[in-house]
Amino acid sequence: MRIPVKAVGAATALLLSAPAFAGWEPTKPVEIVVAAGAGGASDQMARMMQAAIQKNNLMKQPIVVSLKGGASGAEALMYMKSGEGDPNKVLIAYSLIYMLPLSAKIPFNWRELTPVSVIALDQFVLWDNSAGPKTVKEFVDAAKAAAAPFKMGGTGSKREDHVLTVFLEQKTGAKFSYLPYKSGGEAATQLVGNHTESNVNNPSENLEVWRAGQVRPLCVFDKERISYTSKVTDTQSWADIPTCKEEGVDVQYLMLRAMFLPGKVTPEQQAFYVELFHKVTQTAEYRDYMEKQALKPIFLTGKDMVQFLEEDDATNKSLMTEAGFVAK
Amino acid sequence: MEAFGLLLHGFAVLLTWKTLVLMMVGLVLGIFVGVLPGLGGPNGVAILLPLTFTMDPTSAIVMLSCIYWGALFGGAITSILFNIPGEAWSVATTFDGYPMAQQGRAAEALTAAFTSSFIGSLVAVLLITFLAPMISSFALKFGPPEFFAVYLLTFCSFVGLGREAKHKTVISMSLGLLLAGVGMDTVSGQLRMTFGSAELLRGINFLVAVIGLFGISEILLTMEERLALRGHAASISLRVVLSVWKDLPKYWVTLLRSSFIGCWLGITPGGAIAASFMGYNLAKRFAKEPESFGKGRIEGVFAPETAAHASGTSALLPMLALGIPGSGTAAILLGGLMVWGLNPGPLLFVEHKDFVWGLIASMYLGNVVGLVLVLTTVPIFASILRVPFAAVAPMIVVSCAIGAYAIQNAMFDIWLMLGFGVVGYVFKKIGTPLAPFTLALVLGNRAEDAFRLSMIGSGGDLKVFWSNGLVGSITTLAIVLLCWPAIDALLGRVGWTQRTRTTSR
Repeated sequence: MRIPVKAVGAATALLLSAPAFAGWEPTKPVEIVVAAGAGGASDQMARMMQAAIQKNNLMKQPIVVSLKGGASGAEALMYMKSGEGDPNKVLIAYSLIYMLPLSAKIPFNWRELTPVSVIALDQFVLWDNSAGPKTVKEFVDAAKAAAAPFKMGGTGSKREDHVLTVFLEQKTGAKFSYLPYKSGGEAATQLVGNHTESNVNNPSENLEVWRAGQVRPLCVFDKERISYTSKVTDTQSWADIPTCKEEGVDVQYLMLRAMFLPGKVTPEQQAFYVELFHKVTQTAEYRDYMEKQALKPIFLTGKDMVQFLEEDDATNKSLMTEAGFVAK
Repeated sequence: MEAFGLLLHGFAVLLTWKTLVLMMVGLVLGIFVGVLPGLGGPNGVAILLPLTFTMDPTSAIVMLSCIYWGALFGGAITSILFNIPGEAWSVATTFDGYPMAQQGRAAEALTAAFTSSFIGSLVAVLLITFLAPMISSFALKFGPPEFFAVYLLTFCSFVGLGREAKHKTVISMSLGLLLAGVGMDTVSGQLRMTFGSAELLRGINFLVAVIGLFGISEILLTMEERLALRGHAASISLRVVLSVWKDLPKYWVTLLRSSFIGCWLGITPGGAIAASFMGYNLAKRFAKEPESFGKGRIEGVFAPETAAHASGTSALLPMLALGIPGSGTAAILLGGLMVWGLNPGPLLFVEHKDFVWGLIASMYLGNVVGLVLVLTTVPIFASILRVPFAAVAPMIVVSCAIGAYAIQNAMFDIWLMLGFGVVGYVFKKIGTPLAPFTLALVLGNRAEDAFRLSMIGSGGDLKVFWSNGLVGSITTLAIVLLCWPAIDALLGRVGWTQRTRTTSR
């Protein structure tokens, strides 16, 4: 199996590399900056890319993963901001680039960085304990009838999970008490241990406990179902999870996973990384990873990416404002 | 018996020349990174992780976990010889280990540390082997109130059982809690006490503080007192090792108690640090002459090392079974597992038997080989003490600085480390204990988060800490320990503890 994959990788590398960037390539080890803790979704993705780049020889210099998850990821943002002109650092970004500056007044603006590419979109799913209600309707009814509000576990405060909780409250009329944990993994085990009634984890964060039959996916917060149809548990695939809209709760949210360089790098340097991550998206490692974690594959760069970011920023800003999470 | 068969299967997976060689390489590398102060297990494993990408998962995890064991053994070396704890849980080892080294009993202290590490991890591995499925369901019982109760227990046992003046312990602990609050607050999503500085965003890293508080302040004190590191009697042989081992049975209660505490706290995620402190405090409390602790008592090395390693080892269990890393190193191993396509979780034990039992078997082998390896090299490490202080001191300062820098690749941390060096020096001069400060710095944040999450969940009702048998008994025990001096005095008046009181005077 290995050899054909390598051969394909090398072939694409040859095809793409020759004319595109004769100009620049890294002369120092390249750092993938992760704005989250060890073992989280960003870290896993960074390690997948590290492995994909190394195994397929996509770059001469070694690549290292550096975890800058301090201050809920703000550490990574400030680190990228201060790295102006340094082409050996790439940030793997997610919605925190819009939300943190609003909620915690971090002096950061993603427009100061150099966009490279959007490489995936991450879903959110409403989960409950497998001993809990079986459908969204039953869940909402139970939440409304409960004496104490249902506990909703999530990652961090005033971030995507919290926003989704607020919108779930608005659309259903049920009340939740939101418990901000440090990571999605923690939110998953707390749901399994019955310390919370539900969470809105990404597919990857709840995958293992779902396969073990400990939690139940109720609906996915997207306008269409997840496309992967191979069985994940004995009976269900990702595609079997209904959308929340189908179930009568019209709440949608998708989260970007995108690569950024620090500000003020040259166009040649930017071009090198656009090609590099394009090649990463062609590897078997990337494809396996996308399916396993139920991520939406996407590859945007250049003008398309900037347009996407501007629109996404506007959406997030209005959600945050509506939820009342923007710091005065 | 099923576990036994599976374990044998694990050994069969393991016993190939390739794996054994990787194991030795891992152990040697681990001891090496463990000896450099501040570099420690997490960094060592992180640096070497990419090397293993091309290996098969079992070989890779065996090598990485051996680096981990090596680093654990190695970490004790710097704690004892230089008063610089490499990992959070080595802090308690310095309390008696360092005085022993100063009295020229370095070899004895090192032997004691290595042996008790071995015993602690052995007990934990046995536990993992036979109780794995039960333990993972126990760990699931821990929600925010239970976590808070455990942290409360640790804090209270410090105040109640410590021999230092209570007000000094409380002051020191409060300062630690205050500094633990710097940075992002997870519960509200707001920044606290950062004063607009980007450097303070990530908060005060515990290891940076520890390197300064213990290592740098020690250098300052030694300089002031013009003392050389006294290591003349450090020339040891098999004789010292055997004499320590001969005395082992005398300390069986301490060893057993610490193993138990270690295993119990290890499987509650994040409890490893609390374990070493608690093991030490309890050994002190139950000793016939508690005053002699902190002045170079061998039990003061046995107790925290056994507990730390029992918990360090059992902390791998929640990582494998639930995907919750119990320590920094476990978190990096977790990242590694994902790269090799193994997802930690309840199904790992079912779907990847080879891997899980290979790893457990490697814990047995790695510990035995590691113990032999470190014991045979004790004379080399102990001989560092015979080098003139003027030559060693600059090297220690440099490696402290490298260690502090390496944790987050931040120059600011080196200044922070020096600042904490001065703080540590002042604390020692005015006789304020450093341990409560360090403890509060490590656990402060988690305790606060756990408390606030409990309050959100219960709607502000404190009764949640007595809402079930588990959390209720831990909370009650914590309060009893806090009030222990008063209870002790009361019992003494009735005449119950007369005997211990007279012997202790």
